[in-house]
Amino acid sequence: MNIEETPLPGIGVRRELRLGTGRRVGVVTHRDGHTELILSRVDDPDTCAASIPLSAEEASALGSLLGSAQLIAQLAAEQKDVPGVTTHQILVRPGSTFAERPLGDTQMRTRTGTSIVALLRDHEVIGSPRPDEVLKTGDMVVIVGTDSGLLEAAAILQSRP
Amino acid sequence: MDPTTLSLIQLGVVFFALGFLGRLAGRIGMSPVPLYLLGGLAFGEGGLVNLGGIDGFAHIASEIGVILLLLMLGLEYTAKELVTGLRQSWMAGLLDLVLNMLPGIAIALILGWGPVGALVMAGITYSSSSGIIAKVLGDLGRLGNRETPVVLAVLVIEDLAMAAYLPILTAVLAGVSLLGGLTALGISLAVISAVLVGALRYGHLVSTVLDSPDRESFLLKLLGAALLVAGIASALQVSAAVGAFLLGIAISGGTAENATRVLEPLRDLFAAMFFVLFGLNTDPRTIPPVLGFALLLAVVTVATKVITGWWAAWQQGIAVMGRARAGAALIARGEFSIVIAGLAVASGAVPAELAALATTYVLIMAVFGPVAARFVEPLVRLFQGKKQQNDPELIF
Repeated sequence: MNIEETPLPGIGVRRELRLGTGRRVGVVTHRDGHTELILSRVDDPDTCAASIPLSAEEASALGSLLGSAQLIAQLAAEQKDVPGVTTHQILVRPGSTFAERPLGDTQMRTRTGTSIVALLRDHEVIGSPRPDEVLKTGDMVVIVGTDSGLLEAAAILQSRP
Repeated sequence: MDPTTLSLIQLGVVFFALGFLGRLAGRIGMSPVPLYLLGGLAFGEGGLVNLGGIDGFAHIASEIGVILLLLMLGLEYTAKELVTGLRQSWMAGLLDLVLNMLPGIAIALILGWGPVGALVMAGITYSSSSGIIAKVLGDLGRLGNRETPVVLAVLVIEDLAMAAYLPILTAVLAGVSLLGGLTALGISLAVISAVLVGALRYGHLVSTVLDSPDRESFLLKLLGAALLVAGIASALQVSAAVGAFLLGIAISGGTAENATRVLEPLRDLFAAMFFVLFGLNTDPRTIPPVLGFALLLAVVTVATKVITGWWAAWQQGIAVMGRARAGAALIARGEFSIVIAGLAVASGAVPAELAALATTYVLIMAVFGPVAARFVEPLVRLFQGKKQQNDPELIF
């Protein structure tokens, strides 16, 4: 994907990409650190239809939403030929038994038959995490398994000590 | 009453009134500069109230105001942005310079103010207000538009041109000959090049000397350096404002961002004082005779800025609507026109009517600029004969 970077002297930087439909979508990062999500109009690619100010927290949340949606879609596409198997994502909430503990401690596969295929942490995707990877509060755990296995997995990850 | 007591009361009244004017300007979404000028006119000679007690302070405060305005103009763009801007948009910059200086020169010659008056008026009609324009672009949500970098590039070049213009202006105002003016230009161009190259290579050195983790000492060092450089420049007949401006360019990176943050409130305070003093020293009775000329100048220079923006945007392959927006965005004149007029009036080398014309002109342009930027889109659609395109299907 080609990201176009335009300096805006005195203001900040604009980074954008051109969508298949010809529209531009991107982010203006101001010098003082705040960001704006921008989207061009359908009828006029020169003009912005919206520029939405985002706080650092909102921007990062939106970023991981977009990132995880893509990963989930990819996983779902790979598994569409396997009936009965679905992909699910579970958030490690503050106070969870397994926050700050290695992944291996959950004994996920042994106990539920599901597999943890990825972790999403701060925009980064950690693919095929090893058992010694330490789970952090706020991690999104991407799990593949049967429906009943996934229910059990969610209960384990969301359990409290 | 004790003179100090009187000064405190008068100063208090002035700042309090300015605070209200600033708030009012914020409410109706315009720059506070025209209201400060009007405030000054109301308080001044032939105006409503007489403020004799704060002359001394107001004078030095307004000098500091000019220094801070130009220091922050220098801080606004990094040396790299200036060099890139010059390389990519010098043609638009040149067109801007020629088209917008000519009306000023013409009016000064028509009014019989001679070559010195012509040089001053050229600067007044040339310099767009980067402060007003950057704010309007942000407020109207146009930072994502394709013409916005074009508008900003023109402003960057104006900024650079200022660095060459101000030394010539100060030299000419001081009454040196053409040769002397050219020498001043040569020296200032050499200094600017040296500062640009220096800032690109060794900018971090200046920043390291000034930088400080502690806010208080950082502010004192910055202000000290600005006044020192401005004073030395002034002693060398280069103009205090140019010294401050070049120091601003030399400060780079994170230090520049912190400096902007720290200096902003001080700049607002002292610059307000500068605008008020300019208004104070302009006799409101001198305005009606020049009103017609100010309006004529306004109409012509609106057109010349629109042409500049239109052409610059067209060069970048931007469609009609974007070209019109770029042109309208550039219209606003403001603080730097007043800075130039202030330098000229203070030197006594130009007639008093120039101050009246400059005040009236900036009042018109600072108010009309943002309005034009806002309403250019419906206007262009009217010309194109299309219906109002606020149909969500066309937008999203």
